[in-house]
Amino acid sequence: MLAELVRTDFKLRYQGSVLGYAWSLLRPLLLFAILYVVFVQFLRLGEGVPHFPVYLLLGIVIWNFFHEMTVQSLTSIVGRGDLIRKIRIPRWIIIVSSSISALINLMLNMLVVIFFMAVSGVELMNTSLLLLPILIEVYIFALGLSLLLSAAYVKYRDVNYIWEVILQAGFYITPILYPLSLITNITLQKLIMLNPMAQTIQAARYSSVTHETITGYQIFDGGWYLYIPYIIVAVTFISGLFYFKTQAKFFAENI
Amino acid sequence: MSDLAIKVEDVSKTFRLPYEKNTSVKSAFINVFRTHKKGYQTQKALSSISLEIKKGDFFGIVGRNGSGKSTLLKLLAGIYTPTRGQVHVRGSLTPFIELGVGFNPELTGRENVFLNGALLGFNRKEMQSMYQEVVEFAELERFMDQKLKNYSSGMQVRLAFSIAIRAKSDILLIDEVLAVGDAAFQSKCFEYFRVLKQQGKTVVFVSHDRGAIENFCDRCILIDDGSIVASGAVNTVLKRYNEITLEHIALATSKNTDESKNRWGNQSVEITTAHTYKDGKKLNKYGPYDWIELVMVVKANKKVIAPIYGVTMSRQGESPVFVTNTKIEGVKTADLNINETARVSFKFENIFGNGVYVIAPAVANEDGTAFYDWREDLVKIHISGWGESYIAIHPKHQIKVTNG
Repeated sequence: MLAELVRTDFKLRYQGSVLGYAWSLLRPLLLFAILYVVFVQFLRLGEGVPHFPVYLLLGIVIWNFFHEMTVQSLTSIVGRGDLIRKIRIPRWIIIVSSSISALINLMLNMLVVIFFMAVSGVELMNTSLLLLPILIEVYIFALGLSLLLSAAYVKYRDVNYIWEVILQAGFYITPILYPLSLITNITLQKLIMLNPMAQTIQAARYSSVTHETITGYQIFDGGWYLYIPYIIVAVTFISGLFYFKTQAKFFAENI
Repeated sequence: MSDLAIKVEDVSKTFRLPYEKNTSVKSAFINVFRTHKKGYQTQKALSSISLEIKKGDFFGIVGRNGSGKSTLLKLLAGIYTPTRGQVHVRGSLTPFIELGVGFNPELTGRENVFLNGALLGFNRKEMQSMYQEVVEFAELERFMDQKLKNYSSGMQVRLAFSIAIRAKSDILLIDEVLAVGDAAFQSKCFEYFRVLKQQGKTVVFVSHDRGAIENFCDRCILIDDGSIVASGAVNTVLKRYNEITLEHIALATSKNTDESKNRWGNQSVEITTAHTYKDGKKLNKYGPYDWIELVMVVKANKKVIAPIYGVTMSRQGESPVFVTNTKIEGVKTADLNINETARVSFKFENIFGNGVYVIAPAVANEDGTAFYDWREDLVKIHISGWGESYIAIHPKHQIKVTNG
C-alpha cells in the first residue's frame, strides 16, 4: 500500500509536463546555475571558502529537502481525507509516503551534488561517509515535525501559514546562503548553531566538502550544549510521534 | 468467541460539533480564556450498543437517515474510535463505505486499478494476476490507458465495482451507497451479494431499503436515535421498523395542519367536524378488514338544493386510493335550509395496505360544478397489521387450484 501511494505521488508530481521526471534532476541543476551566478560571481560571498559553489548547493539541497518534506506532510492528512474517512488505513502510512517521495527527491538532488563535487575537484575525505548519518538526523527531525504539524493542521487550519513564516525565518537564520564566518558576534554564532538545521548543514559541509567549515563542535568547544541540537531533534520526534498517535483516532471525524 | 466475527461491547460514540469550527489557532487561544462558554455542542450518535455477529452471518443494520447506522459501520471498520466501549473483530475486514476510494482523475484507468487494489489490501503481484479479470468484468478493455477524468461516471463505477468484488477478506462491511445506480448495476450488486452468501462470508450490510434487507439478511438490528430498538429475525425487526417510520411520518405531518391552505369552497355549506369511528367509538387506528365509519357534520349558511356529500381517501402525500360520493352511489339527499345541520356517514371495509392515510370530506352543489366546502387532510388514520408491508391494497379474494 505504501509503495503504491508513493508511486502515485510521484506520477502525479510531473503530470502533464513535457519533460516529466527529468525535472527532478533539472531543478537542482538550474538552481545551481542561479546560485553560482548570483552568489559566487556577483556577490562574491564565499571568498576564502574552498569549493564555495558546491558548499552552497549542499546547504540548499538539505534545506530544500527539509522544506519540501514538512510542507508536503503538513497538508497530507487533510489532503487524503477521503481515504481516512472511507477505508481502514494506518494513518502514519500517509505521512511516511509523503516523506518517502521527498527522500527520493533528495537522493536525486544528491546525485547532482556529487556530480558537481567531482567536477569542482572536491577531494574525497574519509569523513564523507558521515554524510549519511547526518542526512538521517535531518530526516528524523523533519519526520517529527511532519507528524506534529500534520496532526495539528487537522484541527487548526492556520498552522499552514504559521509554518510558512517559520520556514522563511529559518531559511535566513540558518547559514545556508552565507558562510557562518560572516557573522562576527560569537554569541550569535553559538545561538545560530543550536538550531538542528544549522548544525546538520554545517556538519554535512564539514564532512564532505571542506574541513574549513565551522561546526558546532568547534563553536561550543566541546561544551555540553554541543548536544542541544540532538536533544531538540529527539524531543521533536518523540513529541511529534506522541501527539500524532493521540490525535490519529479523531482524524476521521475532525477532517 | 470462537464462532464470532465481530463483537461490540457497550459502545457509545459522541461527536463534538463546534458551533463555529475552531479551525484557527487564534480562536483556540481565545477559547482557553472563555471556559464558561462552550465552543461546541456534543451529539450522542450512538449509546450503549452491544451486538455479536457470527461468522458467516449476513447481518443487516436498518434505521432511518441519521439514526446512527453509518456511524456504527464506521466504528466496526475502525475508521472512528468509540468514545466508550470496545469493538472486537476477528479476521480480515474490508469496508465498502464508497466505491473507488482513492481514485485519481489524473491517472489512467490501469494506474487507478492498482492504486485502488492496494488500498483494498492487495499487493502488486496479486493485482497483476487479477488485472485482466477486473478489466474484462468492467468491459473497459479499450479505455484502460486513458485518464480516469475522461471516463463517464458509469464507467468509473463499473471499474470500481469490479475491483471491489475481488476483495477476499473474511468480513465485508457494505454501506447502502453500494446499491445505488441504475437497475442493471443494482442487479449486479445483488448478484454479488448472492455469491458472498454462498461463499459463507461474514457481511454487515447497512441499509434503509427493506427489500434488500429482507432478501439477503439472516439477522438484523434496528437502530433509532442511536440505540438498538430491535434485533433478531429479519421479519420482526422490519415490522418494528415500519412502525417507527409511521410514527415519525405522523409526527412530522401533524405539525403543519394549516387550515386555510387546505380548505376550498364558497362556504354556503360548512363542514364543521369529521371523525372516523369503529363500532361507534372514535378511533384513528385500523387493522385488516376493520369497518371504518367516517362521519361528517355539516351546517348550511344559506339554503341549498340537494347537495352532494363525498370523501376522498389518499395515502399521505400521494394520489387517492378511494373516492366516493352520494351522486356516484345514487344516494338521494335532502335540501338544506339556512342554519340547518346534517350528519353524513360513510362506512367502508379496510382493505388498504399499511400506512398513513388522509380522508378529505367535501360538500358540493347539486350537479357537482362548485364546491361548498372541501377540507383536505381533516382526518388522518393509521393502518397497520397487514403481514406484507408493501402491498397497496388487500381485496378479499379466493384462489383455486385444480390439477388434471
